[in-house]
Amino acid sequence: MGDPIIQIRHLGKEFRTVNGPVRALQDINLDVNEGEIFGIIGLSGAGKSTLVRCINYLEVPTEGDVLFEGKSLAGMTPAQRRKTRQSMGMIFQQFNLLAQRNVIQNVCFPLELARVPKNEARTRALELLRTVGLEDREKAYPAQLSGGQKQRVAIARALATNPKVILCDEATSALDPNTTKQILALLKEINRTMGVTVIVITHEMPVIEAICDRVAIIGESRIAEVGTVSEIFAGPKTKIGRQLILGDAIDQVRFGRSKRIRIIFDGRESTEPIISNLVLSCRVPVNIMYAATRDINGKAMGQMIIQLPEDENEARRVVHYLDSIQIPYEEVGENDI
Amino acid sequence: MTFDAATLDMLKTGIWETFYMTALSSLFAYIIGLPLGVILVVTDDGGIYPIPWLQKILGVVINLLRSVPFLILLFIVLPLSKIMIGTRIGSPAMIIPLTIAAAPYVARVVESSFRELDAGVIEAAQSMGASTWQIIWKVFLTEARPSLFLGAALAVTTILSYSAMAGFTGGGGLGAIAINYGYYRYKPFLMWVSVVLLVLMVQILQEAWTRLSKKGDKRIR
Repeated sequence: MGDPIIQIRHLGKEFRTVNGPVRALQDINLDVNEGEIFGIIGLSGAGKSTLVRCINYLEVPTEGDVLFEGKSLAGMTPAQRRKTRQSMGMIFQQFNLLAQRNVIQNVCFPLELARVPKNEARTRALELLRTVGLEDREKAYPAQLSGGQKQRVAIARALATNPKVILCDEATSALDPNTTKQILALLKEINRTMGVTVIVITHEMPVIEAICDRVAIIGESRIAEVGTVSEIFAGPKTKIGRQLILGDAIDQVRFGRSKRIRIIFDGRESTEPIISNLVLSCRVPVNIMYAATRDINGKAMGQMIIQLPEDENEARRVVHYLDSIQIPYEEVGENDI
Repeated sequence: MTFDAATLDMLKTGIWETFYMTALSSLFAYIIGLPLGVILVVTDDGGIYPIPWLQKILGVVINLLRSVPFLILLFIVLPLSKIMIGTRIGSPAMIIPLTIAAAPYVARVVESSFRELDAGVIEAAQSMGASTWQIIWKVFLTEARPSLFLGAALAVTTILSYSAMAGFTGGGGLGAIAINYGYYRYKPFLMWVSVVLLVLMVQILQEAWTRLSKKGDKRIR
């Protein structure tokens, strides 16, 4: 992983609307390193789509700047910005293919815009269609393709101009879970084999867990926290972070009134029966309310929410025990979820 | 009732005159109206090259021209025909008022075709570094093609029906025959024959453009 390829500096965006100004982004600072897969996660309306559009200046920020390979996009002329955009591919939730062009013509489109000779463009497009596994559909029109195939064409199209960065705006949100997995695997493969930096915008934690190296959590127009995916997963520092990580636990569990603790297993203790030992040595019952294991960058990360006994002394014993065996845990407040 | 050779000749000339008035006026109306339609969409607030004041002024001018009844416009503009092509009567003289009446209409028809375009596709083109011209040529005109053809059917048939009013000011074509024989000389049969011929021409034109639109549309499978 290299130097920062994209640096976002004090970036802000305010939209003028009939109901007065609306703040979409506030003082965003982020560095995305060359060669990494960087995730930006947030709930709907958090400003993540605006943020990704500010990175290639499809939206012009009202404050701050974006540096691409050290060069300020704010200081560029429109022509220079268009040139820079050829180094930043983008894929979209709704694929946004040209409906009147067939697959190969769609992939050739950015090359046509960059005035690459036809033959050269065709050769490059065919090569990319092989990469995304659609070499046999070059003459098909978008209307004849499935959602996953359309996104593959869009990925090939985004790669045509040999970009250094690919921006993915909710690229898998319109796809079924199986197709989502395939598209994510393809993005990861492209990242590993071509060294393309990938920026993933999503509202789904599983997408982040599946492919991202680092993640920024965005909430209420600001960056709430940034870190490696395992760091954030093991110890989210903000309410929005906990909400996103515990997301699927919320619907499934009704919590009682006494103290709750989230235990994080990072794979080291897989041979040790932690909960059984805890119960045996503390001699108190704990209530398991939620448990799940997720694969984060190939490492099994487990999380479990247990409810402690109402009795304060007994609860303290459990906490002491967890401290003594040095297992990461955190208290989960009622307001966090 | 049968036609004598003179009547038949007159009807043939009428069909030809209606055809070329419509064809040439449509051509000129598109030469003026298509760029205007592009400007209306591109320069709009939130368009790909916003110049809101220009868009507003253009919109007002187009609305003004469109609100003048064609028959009135015909009388106002015919002196211009006299200056430009040397005569104010006959079918060629009609082409100028027809073009002036149709161009703003064409601009609106074209505008609505472009507004139907998927904003995401335009955004995708921008994300690839497309310039404003490239988006107009390679996205607007190609992606909106089926809709532009349907719009052309609308515009051309409207121009054809306008051309039928030429009879009131000394123009030619089937409309003139219908007016001169049916209205002024009370020969309803000849009037109905002209009207039926006009209806047939509209049918043929509409069908042709619709087919062209469907044939070129890659979204239908």
